[in-house]
Amino acid sequence: MKTKGSILTHKPSRRQVLAYGGATMLSTPFISRAWAAPVEINMLAWYGHGEPDIVSEFEAANNVKFKPKYYAGGDNMLGLIAQSPPGTYDVILSDGEFVQQLNAAGYIEELNAADYPFDDMLYGDFQKFPGHWKDGKLYSMMVRFGHLGVSYNKNAISAEEAMSYSCFWKPEVKGKVGHFDWHLPSLGMMSLYDGNGAGLWDLSGSQWKKVQATTLSLRPQVGGYFDYGGTFNSLKNGEMQAMCGIGDWITGVLEKDGAPVGSVVPKEGGIQWTESYCIGKGSEKAEIVKKFIQYMLSPAGQVKSAKMAAYPGFAITKSGRAKLIEVDRKEAKRTGQIDGMANDPITLVKEGRIHYRNIPVQQSLEDWNDFWSEYKNA
Amino acid sequence: MPVSGKRTQSALVETTPKRLLSHLLTFKNAVRLPIIIWQALFFIAPLMFMVAMSFFIVRNYRMTEAFEMKNWLKMMGRDYFWDSYGLTIGLATLATLVVMTVAFPAAYTLAFKVSENTRRWAVFLLIIPFFTSYLVRIFSWYVILAESGVINAMLGYIGLGPYIMLNTKFGTIVGYMTLTLPLVIILQTLSLANIDRSLVEAAHNLGCRPWRTVFRIVLPLARTGLIIAAVFCFILSFGDFVSPYYLGGSKPPTLPILIVDTVKSGQQWPRAAVVAVVMMVTLFIVAFGGIAAAYRRRVR
Repeated sequence: MKTKGSILTHKPSRRQVLAYGGATMLSTPFISRAWAAPVEINMLAWYGHGEPDIVSEFEAANNVKFKPKYYAGGDNMLGLIAQSPPGTYDVILSDGEFVQQLNAAGYIEELNAADYPFDDMLYGDFQKFPGHWKDGKLYSMMVRFGHLGVSYNKNAISAEEAMSYSCFWKPEVKGKVGHFDWHLPSLGMMSLYDGNGAGLWDLSGSQWKKVQATTLSLRPQVGGYFDYGGTFNSLKNGEMQAMCGIGDWITGVLEKDGAPVGSVVPKEGGIQWTESYCIGKGSEKAEIVKKFIQYMLSPAGQVKSAKMAAYPGFAITKSGRAKLIEVDRKEAKRTGQIDGMANDPITLVKEGRIHYRNIPVQQSLEDWNDFWSEYKNA
Repeated sequence: MPVSGKRTQSALVETTPKRLLSHLLTFKNAVRLPIIIWQALFFIAPLMFMVAMSFFIVRNYRMTEAFEMKNWLKMMGRDYFWDSYGLTIGLATLATLVVMTVAFPAAYTLAFKVSENTRRWAVFLLIIPFFTSYLVRIFSWYVILAESGVINAMLGYIGLGPYIMLNTKFGTIVGYMTLTLPLVIILQTLSLANIDRSLVEAAHNLGCRPWRTVFRIVLPLARTGLIIAAVFCFILSFGDFVSPYYLGGSKPPTLPILIVDTVKSGQQWPRAAVVAVVMMVTLFIVAFGGIAAAYRRRVR
């Protein structure tokens, strides 16, 4: 039997020294990797983009940690950037229509188009998305999109009725029509209902007055104005049976939970929300942010984005769509992301039934905001 | 330790009334200083800044220092501002009346009808709701007030309803009551418990009926505490954002919601400051009016 000796007095053999030394050298990279503090990436985005279901895999693989700051609405995003020193945000997720304002204010860095998979995009229009390029230079990279239309409770409104915004005025849903509390999508829908089609954002004085009158006529039907949580809850518990200003990005989550709700693009047309990544001006982490954007455009990233827990979106790349069909055909089918389906989002865009969300052209955002406050008080 | 006679005499000479007064004044000031500094740093300075901010302007989502009346003219000239103002005052007043009325019987019982020990426990239990977040308490009302919620389910058994309670003014009042009722009951209880019972007993002995005793003896004697409770209830309801937004459905918006809307749209902090200043002025008037009424001498 071996006698116990103090570890301090024990003299290791040459073989032991070599074995321990070798093991230490081999494990050093892992130790330093594990001990190195992760690089913090400051993200400004809509809720959900910095959550584990989206970023945890990238964080683990690249030893980074996202520090998200969430906003709701483009105005809110611009305000937060404007009030922060340059370089505060490394990566900014912007609504497509606000990219040009970010660029005009000098809040974002130029991107190298060669770094991103433009050839893989599902639709040619997305390669030159409005506002993302200026003087041939790329400033923002589109990563996902979704459609807004009529969101409804299937027990209260039929699929046929939901094919027109007129279902919001249905007497049976009086007091049960909700609004997502942001003027842009709701007023855009009213403009579409008024027949403004592709010119829904470019309204003359008389057209704008008509949109206001149409919107005010909906007021008796309205049961409330809600933020994300309120919209979600009121549709889920049946308090609201139709919702103006949203789409599958909210009903999709509820539908997956078994709620009898859905969203369609009505005959008057729908609105597209577009989300794009930008690199914040003055960011010292531009390289790793570029890698993250590339990751989000990879098939794996596109699947994560399409199935985002907070709110689903459509894939924008062919390989992303193919991967989604491969890993979750049911979700791909539910959202029409299979070639040949009637509600394929790309088909809807090509048919001209979808209009990209924009800011008012002839009026100021302030005019629309003012009217929205008036409408809420009417 | 014995003190020599000479030293005692000298100490007495030093402690002249004038010196004592100046000593007291210095001591008083020293005691007051922290609260003065605190108020100056965290109340008066921000308040001044808020007033100044209401004259700033916003350019490209960035606030710029200026002295322009634009924001005041804009907000004061809008009907929706005055509608919100009227609604907020109306709802806060209604909540105050309802809460004060509902709280009084409970406070009266706790003050006069139960033992000291029971009262202590009751006050403790009334404090417990404040242990949880107000927002959580408000969200829990969703389950109770929804069309498919607890109340409508119970009413359904007797063939009534369903009634719409969420996203209504009723919902807002329920929310305000959640916020203020426990506090008002505590304040009313403390106020009533301090009444000299012999006066109440004397009224009874002299043949005063119970209701008359309440109105002629109890209420006047507890006036200060009751008015302070009402002022608190009004202030908390007037400035609450959560209830009118989540239980009232923001339909129509109250002033706190208008502040959020104004900031959200175009980062109009200066216009939001205008709303906030108007709210502050209103609350100052209510608070000073309330306190003046509370401490007003009784006129026979």
